[in-house]
Amino acid sequence: MSLLDTTREVFRRDQVWPFLQEDHAPVDVSKQMILYVEGLSVSFDGFKALNDLNLYIKDGELRCLIGANGAGKTTLMDVITGKTRCDKGSVYFGQTINLLKHSEAEIAELGIGRKFQKPTVFEAHTVFDNLELALKADKGMWYTLRAALSSSDIDRIDSILDLVGLKQQRFQQAGALSHGQKQWLEIGMLLASDPRLLLIDEPVAGMTAEEGERTAELLTSLAGERTVVVVEHDMEFVRSIARHVTVLHQGSVLAEGTMDEVQNNADVRAVYLGEEA
Amino acid sequence: MMSGNALLERGGMGATFAATTTRWVVGILFVLTLLASMANLLIPQDSALHVSTYTITLLGKYLCYALLALAVDVVWGYCGVLSLGHAAFFALGGYGMGMYLMRQIGDRGVYGNPELPDFMVFLNWDALPWYWFGMDQFWFAMLMALLVPGLLAFVFGWLAFRSRVTGVYLSIMTQALTYALMLAFFRNEMGFGGNNGLTDFKDILGFSLQSDNVRVVLFATTAFMLAAAYVASHFIMSSRFGRVIVSIRDSEARTRFMGYRTENYKVWLFVYSALLAAVAGALYVPQVGIINPGEFSPINSIEVVVWVALGGRGTLYGAIIGAILVNYAKTRFTAILPDGWLFALGALFVLVTLFLPKGIAGLLAKIKPAKGSGNGDGGVAAEGASS
Repeated sequence: MSLLDTTREVFRRDQVWPFLQEDHAPVDVSKQMILYVEGLSVSFDGFKALNDLNLYIKDGELRCLIGANGAGKTTLMDVITGKTRCDKGSVYFGQTINLLKHSEAEIAELGIGRKFQKPTVFEAHTVFDNLELALKADKGMWYTLRAALSSSDIDRIDSILDLVGLKQQRFQQAGALSHGQKQWLEIGMLLASDPRLLLIDEPVAGMTAEEGERTAELLTSLAGERTVVVVEHDMEFVRSIARHVTVLHQGSVLAEGTMDEVQNNADVRAVYLGEEA
Repeated sequence: MMSGNALLERGGMGATFAATTTRWVVGILFVLTLLASMANLLIPQDSALHVSTYTITLLGKYLCYALLALAVDVVWGYCGVLSLGHAAFFALGGYGMGMYLMRQIGDRGVYGNPELPDFMVFLNWDALPWYWFGMDQFWFAMLMALLVPGLLAFVFGWLAFRSRVTGVYLSIMTQALTYALMLAFFRNEMGFGGNNGLTDFKDILGFSLQSDNVRVVLFATTAFMLAAAYVASHFIMSSRFGRVIVSIRDSEARTRFMGYRTENYKVWLFVYSALLAAVAGALYVPQVGIINPGEFSPINSIEVVVWVALGGRGTLYGAIIGAILVNYAKTRFTAILPDGWLFALGALFVLVTLFLPKGIAGLLAKIKPAKGSGNGDGGVAAEGASS
């Protein structure tokens, strides 16, 4: 009897056996939500970096995360991209993909790209090679051993070079770029990988006001087709791009809403903006 | 139109220098081998141009070291994995060859036992241990000489790189690995000849190891393997795979976030490197005529790193120059002042680190644009000829 049940369960016609499921099924955004973070807690030696954090990101939205140092912004990104393991909670990419079960490389292949706080480009490679490595392609060893650039790849790299304004530096070593240019190159690498969700940590640090403006323009233009989450300290910059802002404080969400709503929120004024103003 | 040019342009910038150096290295090796072999076999002994068999063997030995240095450069120079245990793979490859040569002695040993090598008779063993079976077959012995070090590198790399052990901790572990193997091979009960190791070899593939022709063939084989390893390594390093490897060296976390499974890349590069070292070891043993546990000693692995640092890491040809130069200096120096060698080596290392951080290869690359193409590599030819 129970054996029969088990057999029936195994052969249910509305299910696909787990081992037959496609590894890289596209992310399911049928509910217009791309990222679900629920009840997330992370502690380092007793210090609660994230404390029962809940965050939902809509597909195609541009979201800014703000918060004082130690509010948990970078830790949150670390958990989403698989760098840090959490103690409790769940992180889902779309309806079906449990991100906590995947490694950094797998998460990157699923379509989540990340830009670090400190620009990290491969300094020994040329700007062109940096972008080539970032291209969305098979990242397996046998493929890379034989990989050659197709003309569409080269066109794509060229268009990204145009977009980030590094056309002149195409064959320059990335290590020789200025700080702002490295930031741009890293954003370009992010674009080359063609992600669904971009996590961007302090994009305008070390940029001039003019460069910052261009970055703001670029990020705004990306939203819609892709989903962009930006962590930034520069309130001026946040004001210029954000339609929706989430304020983190001591590892959980303090307030959420438009910039005006958040700025007028009493809690936020007390703990964050209040200190600054 | 535009983009086609872009590709050509990149090929023109990055690849040509590397491609010309490959041609130079292979060309120099070929000419050197041909000249030295002819000078040994065709020119009569009393002529001034005659190259003695001793020199041929010495050159063969240097080329084995060069191959070992190449192996270390592949993992250290390109991937930033400072292995202080590569002599272990070299020695394991050497033991594979040594076991084959031991079985070829047959009943010509001191005790005249047709089956057992002398040291086993001496230990009163009455049968071959199971791991000596099949080692009388050349193909099987060579398979083992590659398989055992390759497997060791795979298991070690898999454990270390999966656990994300990097930097100095990894170096210490590799050092411990080679030290542990040395202690194990020193034991008589291991069945590898204890501290005397394996020696008194007679034949290889039915040809006497003492004959000039065999010596020349061994030397030429070593040169060929070195050239083949160079070409293969150059191919790997100039592919996208190689660019991923360099990215891992510069920022492993970033590479991982781009979707590359960096631990797999590192494991397989480490295995490739270990195989090169094993080939070097297997070619080394018939030329020097002995393999003993001393080859596992930690200092050997460190010396290889010094060769690579001196030659210039991350260039492939730098490793070859470094290995040949330092070993030539060692041959000369130990003849004049045997106790001074380690001091000289230490001083050399300090001087190179201070004044030539990119090694001799860095110096050559600096001279090259000034003097025009090809001159940089002329230095290699001069070194080769003078040794």
